[in-house]
Amino acid sequence: MRRIATLCAPAAVSAAAITTALTILAPPVLAETAPAAIAWQDGAIAAPLTDSPGDAGRGAELMATRPLGNCVACHEIAALPAASFQGNIGPALEGAATRYSEAQLRGIIVNAKNTFDGSMMPAFYKTDGFIRPGDAYTGKAAPADLPPILDAQQVEDVLAFLMTMK
Amino acid sequence: MQKAPRMARALAGALAAAALAGSAIQASADPVEGVDLVVNNEITLTTRAPAPAHLDGALPEVMSGWLFREDATRAMQMDDFDNPAMVFADMGRDLWGTTDGAEGKSCASCHGNIEEMRGVRAHMPRISPAGDDLWSMENFVNNCRTTRMGAEAWGWDSNEMMNMTAALSLQSRGLPVDVAIDGPAAPWWEKGREIYYTRFGQLELACSNCHQDHFGDMIRADHLSQGQINGFPVYRLKTAGLVSIHNRFKGCVRDTRAETFKPGSAEFRALELYVASRGQGLSVEGVSVRP
Ligand code: HEC
Ligand code: HEC
Repeated sequence: MRRIATLCAPAAVSAAAITTALTILAPPVLAETAPAAIAWQDGAIAAPLTDSPGDAGRGAELMATRPLGNCVACHEIAALPAASFQGNIGPALEGAATRYSEAQLRGIIVNAKNTFDGSMMPAFYKTDGFIRPGDAYTGKAAPADLPPILDAQQVEDVLAFLMTMK
Repeated sequence: MQKAPRMARALAGALAAAALAGSAIQASADPVEGVDLVVNNEITLTTRAPAPAHLDGALPEVMSGWLFREDATRAMQMDDFDNPAMVFADMGRDLWGTTDGAEGKSCASCHGNIEEMRGVRAHMPRISPAGDDLWSMENFVNNCRTTRMGAEAWGWDSNEMMNMTAALSLQSRGLPVDVAIDGPAAPWWEKGREIYYTRFGQLELACSNCHQDHFGDMIRADHLSQGQINGFPVYRLKTAGLVSIHNRFKGCVRDTRAETFKPGSAEFRALELYVASRGQGLSVEGVSVRP
């Protein structure tokens, strides 16, 4: 989606031209696993949620950004010293990739409650089953098609960064 | 005459606290130990009390939010000249004696001096005079305004209302929080407890996740307290103004990515009773200072 938006933005081109350009230049439309379609095994998710590999650099940024991952709200992440005010609600994430497999970490990001019963950690890739869901941090009711906090690619990006924490 | 220097000192204090905030990043992960909250060198307030039996062991002891704040913020609350909230409490006191509405009355016309209100805040919220509703102090104030003074109700979070509740709370400073949770209040209390433990919003967080399971811990830059309301309304340095109990609740619910309840709603009044009961035995602090 991001790619398509960038392609369209600069000039006013005809729809036909865009279609042609996309057919020639863009990779095939990315397959993405929706939250409801995920195959779980004991809290772990073996299959990546998208076709395109996670980007650890983007993952690091997401983990320190408040409306998005904001993992540092609750976790110390020594590898991200620029992120000030790191919380201590959950365990420090140093060495996470030595304690869990990639599939387990993907499951923890998507919905940690499937790994840690009743966990305080929010589910980052889940779209229903909430009590009085809101529209982000506005305090207003959520739209009918509430997006997950992180999209599928962002989950893979965060995972890529976690996998560097050996 | 007294107000100008007070305002200036309050401002200086606010600036000092703001400057400190930057350096005091890795704050201790616990409430401060071995300090007493003594205001004006004369009023000692109870900031730790045994947990009441109705909490069933949910908290080891109950603690004022004051214990979780930085040194500079705590100090501002120890001297009324340094406490920026006092300017607003003074304005509330002025309103107490100001006539308003069709009847040409002020609060003082019926109640006499505002000092007569000592004790009121310690028992709030409580069952309405008609016995069929739970009222916060704001409801009592508006009831007097509309039925006795022929005046318009104030908005829940209007400056007038917050200044008035600040002035009223100050009259009970030092008295222990002591709300009734039995009889007709019992169903309200149950409802409030249910809300307290409900995991709201897209982040699926309950009040208890932050204020019971993790008080003393840091959530990003915030040092979590027990979320007690004995110091309300509080003065927040960040917004340079008073914040009501329900407005604080609203902010916390919003931060769970939830649809909030409205200040004054039955849900927030029930929650207020339940949260007040979690602080049973703490002193009413009048008007506290928060970052
Ligand atoms: C609101 C708090 C909160 C947030 C935000 C949060 N976590 Fe957690 N996380 C926890 C808690 C608490 C645990 C401990 C598990 C438990 O007991 O529930 C945990 C556990 C973990 C673990 C397992 C660590 C271990 O060594 O056992 C990983 C990995 C993890 N979180 C990653 C993340 C990532 C990545 C993000 C952001 C995308 C994130 N967390 C955001 C609270 C949070
Ligand atoms: C995601 C974490 C979180 C949740 C959930 C949460 N709060 Fe808070 N709350 C905070 C933070 C952070 C503060 C500011 C620091 C402090 O006093 O704890 C705060 C402050 C407060 C205060 C002010 C305390 C003082 O002394 O100034 C009250 C009262 C309060 N919360 C009540 C509640 C209630 C009631 C709920 C549930 C409806 C709730 N909170 C849910 C994080 C949370």
